Amino acid sequence: MSITRMWVMAHKEVVQILRDPFSLLIVIVMPAILVVLFGYGVNLDQKHIPCVAWDQDGSQQSQDLLKHFAASEYFTIVGVATSERDGRQALDAGTARMVVVVPWNFSQRLQKGGPVAVQALVDATDDNTANVVFGYAQAVVQTYSSEVQMDWMRGRGSPFQFAPVSTETRTWYNEDLESSAFIIPGVLALVMSVIGAFLTSLTIAREWERGTMEQLISTPVSAMEIMLGKLLPYFVLGMVDTAITASIAIYWFRVPFRGSFVTLFASSAMFLIVVLSLGFFISVLAKNQFAASQIALLVTFLPAFLLSGFLFAIEQMPPVLQWITRVLPARYYVSVLKKIFLKGTPAALLYADLLPLAAFSVVLALLATRAFHKRLG
Amino acid sequence: MDDPNNSVTTKDLVKRFGDFIAVDGINLAVRRGEVFGFLGPNGAGKSTTIRMLCGLLRPTAGSAQVAGHDVASEPELVRQNIGYMSQKFSLYNDLTVIENLRLFAGLYSVPFSVLQQRIEWALAMAGLEGKQNLLTGTLPGGWKQRLALGCAVLHKPPILFLDEPTSGVDPLARRQFWDLIHTMAAEGVTAFVTTHYMEEAEYCNRLALIFRGRLVALGTPSELKRNAMKGELLLVECRSLSDAIKLLKTAPGVQDASVFGNAIHLVVRDAKQSTPQLLQFLLKRGIAVERMEKVSPSLEDVFVSVTSSTETVGEQRV
Repeated sequence: MSITRMWVMAHKEVVQILRDPFSLLIVIVMPAILVVLFGYGVNLDQKHIPCVAWDQDGSQQSQDLLKHFAASEYFTIVGVATSERDGRQALDAGTARMVVVVPWNFSQRLQKGGPVAVQALVDATDDNTANVVFGYAQAVVQTYSSEVQMDWMRGRGSPFQFAPVSTETRTWYNEDLESSAFIIPGVLALVMSVIGAFLTSLTIAREWERGTMEQLISTPVSAMEIMLGKLLPYFVLGMVDTAITASIAIYWFRVPFRGSFVTLFASSAMFLIVVLSLGFFISVLAKNQFAASQIALLVTFLPAFLLSGFLFAIEQMPPVLQWITRVLPARYYVSVLKKIFLKGTPAALLYADLLPLAAFSVVLALLATRAFHKRLG
Repeated sequence: MDDPNNSVTTKDLVKRFGDFIAVDGINLAVRRGEVFGFLGPNGAGKSTTIRMLCGLLRPTAGSAQVAGHDVASEPELVRQNIGYMSQKFSLYNDLTVIENLRLFAGLYSVPFSVLQQRIEWALAMAGLEGKQNLLTGTLPGGWKQRLALGCAVLHKPPILFLDEPTSGVDPLARRQFWDLIHTMAAEGVTAFVTTHYMEEAEYCNRLALIFRGRLVALGTPSELKRNAMKGELLLVECRSLSDAIKLLKTAPGVQDASVFGNAIHLVVRDAKQSTPQLLQFLLKRGIAVERMEKVSPSLEDVFVSVTSSTETVGEQRV
């Protein structure tokens, strides 16, 4: 192992990156694009859901109930229906996600001491959203219902001014319930995948494609020197991108950062070693740029996107998928990211995530050193 | 095999790719300071052989030693003693001339104390002084080849492997390139050069003719011209070459007939004896011969003769 030979390899790689607009674009612009895309574009919050009211009763009480819907920040009444057809049209056209149907005998039944049901027709094309909408509607009706009850009881001399038991909620870690705070830290895993696996898979496959690898391996440079020389610049770039991405998250999107920067950079370094090794491994096997880049995205970017807990909670996945996520390094990295950003969990309590991540980085790095031989064919 | 005067020796060297035998039992001994030509058509196994000698491909069977080291078991020791130019240009087009030179000087561990001097020497040798900062990809073909040679000799290797170094280079640049090779050989460097240009083969001290993975002839260019032919050569000039060659192929005593420019070359056992017979033969069939005389064969004649007899042997075996 010669440091000089590794160094000239690394230097050559840096010169090539600096001369290639495509690489530069990916290194500098891509992290910013990803954070902004996920920071603004993906919003899992459901607020101001458009709905149509069909008030068959037209009484003081029915209007009261509908005002509760309108006053809630979750719903906006966008129209009034006078027939079932009106309601159906609004749902079909997508102008409303829900139709609230207050029955004709609503006030009559209430005066007689109930019970009476209010109908909610929900567009369930997106089942997740439908569940959320349904939950909000129930909560609004529940509140109205208990108010009616309290009124009735006060009228009969009840000592209670308010409902006797209520829930007082405090949200921790993500106090404002912003989905961007939940999503943005995980973007780092995507950025690392692109820098680590996608770019490196291209750089080695390119050498095979252009024939430069043949010249390279005819010199005394060792396989290890080639590998380290090639990966070192991308490691540095990955760390720089960690800083860029984290800065945009913290200073632009105001995502709270409560953990330690040491843990952030240490876990990023480990994940980076994982994806760099995978990228190297892939391009040694694929030997052409197109195949290598496709496989790299498939093996690193997609799992980091779909199965890491970045957007979709792992606990809600089918058991088989949950089991698969255990062998995905991205899962542990995303978990660490969310905990150090939002919770500020100290490193000592992150061992369940950091240990597997460290193990993956060591094993994959060793495998990568074994994969490359200075032979043609 | 262990003769210290030999730079490269191979013993029954074989390379198989699946069912295809690219190199089929080649035995060679290249002497120190020799310009050794490896001549053969495309696909004959030249590049495969050279890649095995550089430790880039593992031989399927047999063995080879380069600079006293076994190519299969000690490829790294081999690589420290060789310079290699692959058939396809394989320096970095997106690096400048000087960046390529510095990179390879570093990879060959050229000591820092002589680095600047070696780079200047390589630039001068390649005729690229003042062009240091040009991007390699923008250089014309001949300059690229000389730069590739420069990069391959920065560490002053005792043995050079050049795989079709002049393919795609204009004749003048080709001539300059061979002058460079001879300058280095004069300093004791062994050059192992593959080519399929017959006129280039004349520049070599010794030649190996390779065809379908087999060594079919070996010797100096003049030895080959004298001995490798299976007969003597007659030059025939006449009208209607295509008719004449068809007839001559069936004429008695003719082993081979092929068109060379405006004439026909005939291989016969005895030129003196055949000349009157063949003149008669053609006259009877209405072809007037303008000239028929014994000539000394060119390397191309030797090559055609040797490979056609190999083909015949191959066909007989089937």
